[in-house]
Amino acid sequence: MTLLYPLQSLAAHPPRLSPGYRSTVKRSPQKPLIPIRQTLSELTGPVYGHETVRENDHDLTIQHKGEPLGERIIVHGHVRDEDGRGVPNALVELWQANACGRYVHVVDQHPAPLDPNFTGAGRAQTDASGYYRFVTIKPGAYPWGNHHNAWRPAHIHFSVFGHAFISRLVTQMYFPGDPLFPFDPIFNSVTDEKARARMISSFDLENTQPEWALCYRFNIVLRGRNATPMENKQ
Amino acid sequence: MSEQRPDGITPSQTVGPYFKYGLTPNGEYAWNDAFTNNLITPDVSGERIRVEGTVFDGDGVPVPDCMLEIWQADAQGRFSDPQDARALPNSSFKGFGRVGTDANGRYSFDTIKPGQVPDPDGKPQAPHILLAVYARGMLLHLYTRIYFDDETANTEDPVLALVPADRRATLIAKRKAGAANPAYVLDIHLQGDNETVFFDV
Repeated sequence: MTLLYPLQSLAAHPPRLSPGYRSTVKRSPQKPLIPIRQTLSELTGPVYGHETVRENDHDLTIQHKGEPLGERIIVHGHVRDEDGRGVPNALVELWQANACGRYVHVVDQHPAPLDPNFTGAGRAQTDASGYYRFVTIKPGAYPWGNHHNAWRPAHIHFSVFGHAFISRLVTQMYFPGDPLFPFDPIFNSVTDEKARARMISSFDLENTQPEWALCYRFNIVLRGRNATPMENKQ
Repeated sequence: MSEQRPDGITPSQTVGPYFKYGLTPNGEYAWNDAFTNNLITPDVSGERIRVEGTVFDGDGVPVPDCMLEIWQADAQGRFSDPQDARALPNSSFKGFGRVGTDANGRYSFDTIKPGQVPDPDGKPQAPHILLAVYARGMLLHLYTRIYFDDETANTEDPVLALVPADRRATLIAKRKAGAANPAYVLDIHLQGDNETVFFDV
C-alpha cells in the first residue's frame, strides 16, 4: 500500500502509552490501530479565511488594559513539511501559562498569581513562505501531580494545521537549556534524542529587538507528502 | 524558501489539561473561538443532523478534558478545500468543527449529513465524518471515523471492510429514536472492551 503521506514519518512521535506520564495508562488504545488507505477525506483539510485570525491575535501582550508581567519575547519560525517546503497560510494557535507558571484555566489551582493582563492564548497565520510570528511573555515552570516534585519545563503549546487533516499537529515548544528536561516524562516521551531536540526553540539573537524583547525561533515540521511537489492552498 | 531538508517531523505532545481557554473557550474565557461545534451555515444544503456522545477512558470514566475535531464533506460529497478539484464553490460550508467535552465527558456537533466521497479507486465510500481525538494523557491524537447506522452503503464501504466485523459498531453512530430533530449517538472509548477502532493513517 503506497501512501501519499508515509507512515514512517510518524516514528518521531511518542508512543501513546508512556507509563512515566501516568495519564496515558488509561487513555491509550490497547488494540492495534487499523491501517487504511488515504482517501480524499484524509488528504484534504480545512481552509480558513481572514476572519479566523484577527490583526492583533499574534500579540499576547496587548490583549488587556495593561501589559502582562514577565519577560517579553518574540517567538517566530517557519512551518514547513518534511521536504523543506514552507507551508503558507497555515493556522498556528498557541496557549501558555503566565510568567509565574499559572494558567488562566479554572482547573489550574497552582498557588501562583494570575495576571489580569494576560490570558495566554494567541493565533497567527503563516505568510506566503510559511513564516509565523508571535509576541508574548516567557512562561514559567509549574508543578503537576504526576509524581513527587514533578515540574513541567517552561513550554508553549502549539496547534498547527497543515495541508491535510492527517498532517494536523499539536505539540509543545520548549526553551533551550532548561534544567528540568531530564526529569519531565512528557518531554522524554519522545524517545529519539534528535526528535526531542526539534521541540526545543533556539535563542535567536539576530531577531531580538534591542531595548524591547528577546527572541526565540521555533521551526515546525509537518508530515510531508512523499517527494512529489504539491499545490499550495489558496 | 530553499531551507535545508529537515531531519524529521516535529513530534507531537499532549494538549494537556488546560487547552480550553485557547482552543475551545466557548464564551468562558477572554478569547474567541476559531472554530465551534456548529458547522451549519445559512446556505448549506443537506439534512441537518446532530452527532453526540460521551468519551470514556479505559476505566469507563467519562473524559472531561478531551477535544474533538471533525472534518467532513458537504451533502454532495465535496470538501471545502481547493485540493478537492471537484469542490463546489457555492457553499460557505467549511466542513470543520471543534468541541471540548463537558464535565461529564459529553460532546455534540451540529452539522449536515455528508455525501459519499470516492476512495482512491473512485469507488464510493459510505457517508462518514473524520474524527480526531485529543486529551490530557494523549501524547498523540487518534483518528477514527463516524458512520451512520441508517446508510445501506455501509455494507460496501472499503474502510469498514478492513475492520473486524465485531468491532465495526464502534464506528457507527445510531440514529436516536423519537428525537425532534435528526440526531445520532456515538460514544468514544479510548480503551477497553468496547475500544473504538482507531486508524493508522
